[in-house]
Amino acid sequence: MSVNGTPLLQLDGCDTYYGQIHILQGLSIEVHAGEFVCLLGGNASGKSTTLKTTLGIVSPRRGRVLFGGEDVTRRPTSYRIQKGMAIVPENRRLFAPMTVLENLEMGAYLQGGGAKDDFDRVYGLFPLLYERRAQLAGTLSGGEQQMVAMGRALMGKPKLLLMDEPSMGLAPILVERQFEIIKEVHQSGVALLVVEQNANMALSVADRGYVLSTGRLVLQGKASELAEHEDLRKAYLGR
Amino acid sequence: MDDFIQYTINALTLGSVYALIALGYSLVYGILKLLNFAHGDVFMVGAYIGFGMLNLLGGATSPVVPVWLLLTIMVATAMAGCAVIGVAIERFAYRPLRDAPRIAPLISALGVSFFLTYSMQLLFGAEQRDYNAFSLDNGVLFLKGFDIGNVRVPLLRIVIISSAFVLMISLWLLVNRTRTGKAMRATSFDREAAAMMGIDIDRVIRFAFVLGSALAGAAGVMFALRAPASVTIGFVAGLKGFTAAVIGGIGSIPGAMVGGLMLGFAESFTQGYVSTRWSDLAVFTILILFMLFLPQSLFGRADISKV
Repeated sequence: MSVNGTPLLQLDGCDTYYGQIHILQGLSIEVHAGEFVCLLGGNASGKSTTLKTTLGIVSPRRGRVLFGGEDVTRRPTSYRIQKGMAIVPENRRLFAPMTVLENLEMGAYLQGGGAKDDFDRVYGLFPLLYERRAQLAGTLSGGEQQMVAMGRALMGKPKLLLMDEPSMGLAPILVERQFEIIKEVHQSGVALLVVEQNANMALSVADRGYVLSTGRLVLQGKASELAEHEDLRKAYLGR
Repeated sequence: MDDFIQYTINALTLGSVYALIALGYSLVYGILKLLNFAHGDVFMVGAYIGFGMLNLLGGATSPVVPVWLLLTIMVATAMAGCAVIGVAIERFAYRPLRDAPRIAPLISALGVSFFLTYSMQLLFGAEQRDYNAFSLDNGVLFLKGFDIGNVRVPLLRIVIISSAFVLMISLWLLVNRTRTGKAMRATSFDREAAAMMGIDIDRVIRFAFVLGSALAGAAGVMFALRAPASVTIGFVAGLKGFTAAVIGGIGSIPGAMVGGLMLGFAESFTQGYVSTRWSDLAVFTILILFMLFLPQSLFGRADISKV
């Protein structure tokens, strides 16, 4: 994977607060076009906040967010989405009282609710969603809901897909299936920034990884190297 | 039997006005989880805008335009005017308190309510205003109509009931079929997730105030066509609209409609079969019974069209 040239996404010394609580402490990371990067770390290490800072749900007090070389720190979420970001939020956060179809439409909200092409592409990846399109999202099983969340994020043809704990709450067999899908999405050319508790699984498919602890970067490197790293193995990989 | 028909028509008229008011409470509550206690006063201002428009166009005795056009203009200007007021209320009374504890915007809402009531009193006086709708075209709205058995259903009732239903159906279509409406439902269910889709939350909130206030404005004109209005009508009408919204399940659009109609029937039948003096008691007894025995209300929680 090429890491030359301007990164697709760059967080440059970001300090993000929730009220008085200092979450991200001078965090700098980058994701290149088409790259698969995973963010690891324990609870409250700032992984989710990193994604929210990237998408503009929270703004950093200091530091910059660059997307495609452009400073988007002061730009709203809608702008960043139009420029090619999308997210699969933690716990999926589907619109439960709305149908599968309407959930997908919301994923393409800024593109006017989704063109036929986008629906075709998403239904091609998840044929089940086509069968379930008129069903309320809240009535689906966990695995099906994860497909809706993925499909919803892919409706806007993102260049960078942010994923927050995609395997959380899924049965082991579904976790594998989930990572198959993630790989498929990655192979289609989408860059991924994935927060994942399941570090073994994440490092086995990602190109690179960052390890956070209390909002600071403590380790970074190629996924294959991180998987063998002594400290990381003790701390997160459990082997 | 004739009485029954008469009371039913009354119930539908009252009920559709209450339902229009209730929808405003529900739309705003669904998205902001805020009880907009100034909503009843927006309804009152709607009645006054209708009155101003009526006078501008020659008054009830000698209108310069045909009656149907006159009514359309009155309702349309009241809706537009109230929409503007709703947006202003949101911008100046609620938005600065968006992240404050929930009691703060509630107090702010009461403040806006008093502000609207007493600035209208200052401007237009405390006396009752009458549209004098009976004078329109020699009483066409009251004398013409169609008959069910021995009961004449006056044109005015037909106009009020049917236009209220047209407004409610339009709202339902807007919320369920349009992109903006779907964004409202998404925002109402999960505001942060909606923001993550790129939905502009401020715009959705503003839109909820536009819709709710416009419906209240239309309801104000409908109300004042039947009975004289004063600056204090907003209080009781607001309470009843709120009651209707709570009975139906606050946040739910079909709930607000059904709740409004239920109140209309309760009020009209109590007035007819018991006594006029007992009608408000009946309405608020229903509210208490619902809160005691069916707190999840008619269309609470799991409803599809929750907004």
